[in-house]
Amino acid sequence: MFELDLTAEADRQFAVCNACRYCEGFCAVFGAVELRSAIGDGDVAYLANLCHDCRMCFDACMFTPPHEFAVNIPALMAQARVQTYERYSWPPSLARMFRVPGLGVASITLTGIVIVALLIAFGVGVTALGTAQLGAGAFYRVVPYLAMVVPALVLGVFGVFVLAYGARRYAHDIRSGDGDDFVSWRSVRTAVREAITLVYLQGGGEGCYDVKRDSPWRRFFHMLVFWGVLADFGATLSAAAAQELLGQLPPYPLWSVPVVLGTLGGVAIVLGAAGLIALKGRSDAKPTSARMIAMDYAFLAMLETVALTGLALLAFRSTAAMGSLLAIHLGSLAGLFITAPYGKFVHFVYRSIALVKNASERQTE
Amino acid sequence: MLLERAPAYMRGGNTRHTRDIRLAHDDPNAAATGVYAEEELLDDLLRVTGGETNRPLAELTIRDSKTLAAWMSEQGVRWQKPLKGTLHLSRTNGFFLGGGKNLVNTYYDTAERLGVRVVYDASVIGLERRGRTVESVVYESAGTPARVRCGAVVVAAGGFEADVDWLKEYWGDAASQFLIRGTPYNTGLALKAMYEAGAKRIGDPRGLHCVAVDARAPKFDGGIVTRIDAIPFGIAVNAEAVRFYDEGEDLWPKRYAIWGKLIAELPGQAAYVIFDQQAVGGFIPSVYRPVRAESIEELALLLDLEPAALVRTVSAFNAAVQPGGTFQPGSLDDCRTEGLTIPKSHWVRRIDTPPYYGYPLRPGVTFTYLGVEVDAHARVIDCDGQGFDNVFAAGECMAGNILSRGYLAGFGLTIGTVFGRIAGVSAAAHVRA
Repeated sequence: MFELDLTAEADRQFAVCNACRYCEGFCAVFGAVELRSAIGDGDVAYLANLCHDCRMCFDACMFTPPHEFAVNIPALMAQARVQTYERYSWPPSLARMFRVPGLGVASITLTGIVIVALLIAFGVGVTALGTAQLGAGAFYRVVPYLAMVVPALVLGVFGVFVLAYGARRYAHDIRSGDGDDFVSWRSVRTAVREAITLVYLQGGGEGCYDVKRDSPWRRFFHMLVFWGVLADFGATLSAAAAQELLGQLPPYPLWSVPVVLGTLGGVAIVLGAAGLIALKGRSDAKPTSARMIAMDYAFLAMLETVALTGLALLAFRSTAAMGSLLAIHLGSLAGLFITAPYGKFVHFVYRSIALVKNASERQTE
Repeated sequence: MLLERAPAYMRGGNTRHTRDIRLAHDDPNAAATGVYAEEELLDDLLRVTGGETNRPLAELTIRDSKTLAAWMSEQGVRWQKPLKGTLHLSRTNGFFLGGGKNLVNTYYDTAERLGVRVVYDASVIGLERRGRTVESVVYESAGTPARVRCGAVVVAAGGFEADVDWLKEYWGDAASQFLIRGTPYNTGLALKAMYEAGAKRIGDPRGLHCVAVDARAPKFDGGIVTRIDAIPFGIAVNAEAVRFYDEGEDLWPKRYAIWGKLIAELPGQAAYVIFDQQAVGGFIPSVYRPVRAESIEELALLLDLEPAALVRTVSAFNAAVQPGGTFQPGSLDDCRTEGLTIPKSHWVRRIDTPPYYGYPLRPGVTFTYLGVEVDAHARVIDCDGQGFDNVFAAGECMAGNILSRGYLAGFGLTIGTVFGRIAGVSAAAHVRA
């Protein structure tokens, strides 16, 4: 159940939207509202994540506060999204720890860095943190291969499990009735296209309302982060392939696939996340919620930390700082892996499912 | 310099509440489909006004409307498919993305880019005239009076519908029951200032456009969401629970606008629409849920009507329903009553399937027709029939020259946009000359 009668408030505000319909052209939310004569708990979970937070509807609405109808759909949707993330993650006790996301992310990341550094100091020797290592397998002389891979795999598998578990329960809750099987090839294909193009960050054509209306920058920076993360994932896979299939141990040369992909991805994340942080700081805060902003900042800062430490490790990998930088980078990665299932990172899971549901709804309409 | 009567969040008068604009066009364009020839638009205008229009100005407006889609796009306005529930307008009207407030925001962006200084919360008190020229505008902003000297003035200040006392001059106490659908800032201050400076009145002062809105709506600024579209799907009764007009007279888009006026003339300016479960989902919902009951008696009590009277009215109506018709809400179907003093000509169904529903209705005023006379340069005409040198008008305060009465969806904005442009050009030409 959503807090603070969020469902009742959504029902009240969307009654205004359903009678007005001026925002129909901005995104899929309003068309979906028109299909519903009343808004229930599952509808809120669905609509909140179908909303991509472009905020154009807030800028265009005649009924925003101080009007007595007090309509503010993006803020309502942001509040509901924050609650979705908490409600569908597991275990709930861990999810609740992230109600102050910045503190949670920062403390876990710092703890991660300290633990990695201590393990190196006691397992390999404290000198490993400050001695230059060169040649094939340099990284593994600081952190042994298994010590690097096993925790990453464990955390990764756990994260995927948490996301899949949340996804399953979410998809169940947003069905329109028991027989609503909205996942089909057609609806998934449409949803993937809409997700990849971020069509709903275009506010019906031009962009979002952030610092000004019709701004293309949110979508642009989000694209950078998205493709940056994918490139870094590709870099990791290609590095694994180089090691396991070709028997080449890292570090890899500058003009190798893993390093080029990783560098491009890292730079894209650094720029994209910095852009999003800068926009967030200057945007109108009315059409959002304080908890959502805190979650956004925490996740963006986390991404920024991982990307910057990764790039620093690349830049100084031949120097005596390599050991310490590796500890910091791996500790940050551990922080990212641990916190991701409980923060903003999960948004793509629920948005994607909402898009699939929406595609199915439009196809049967 | 732009003196805006409202605070920033309510800027733009009733344009805030618009969503489409009527445009003549010989070919489909970004805004509208098919062909809508000048002659057809003129015919539509002549039909709703009963021919009472300043023909040259009407023709000018219609001719100029052909250029608006491209011009508005240049300002950053974007077009969308017609909103659901308004598909019959896709050929004649262009729908701008996000509705009127988005449109106003776009225009303000243009104004700011051009370096126009905007003063919000600025009430125009007077126009200081010497000869045929207005030399300065007196206004009040944040409680402080101020005067600005001007080369030219464009008055685009709407009607006076938000001044209930002014409405009472023509409507008596009935006006107290009116709900004003738009901005509370259209109190006609600038219109008064023009009259005091000697401008010539035009239009019936009692003329106002109103529709049936939910009685629970706010006094001001309820906008589009309080209007009630349910009347053709049920029956409308007055405070005595008696029917008073043919609910199925003509297609709803055409008859939609008459109900406000009908209710305004009723005792207490109150009416109620009654329908049953069969009608649910047939019309665009309003922001308030209808009152709901399991029986007609219970519904009457909830609506504060005499139960026996409402039962009598519904029974008489049901008894008069002719069997065998095919209910077709989109056209003039063959479902009608027989033998009632006030018939219902179309879309008749027995009201017999609980739950029963009702909306309390009030007249909701959209705009007034009273204004100032202008010429083809948007120049305001003096009482002696000559034009001011440097005063121009656009929008609702001069629309009565063309739309003297009646209603044509989206045409008010056409007049406002066409004459806004003309007034701007005329004012600039005067200042440069």
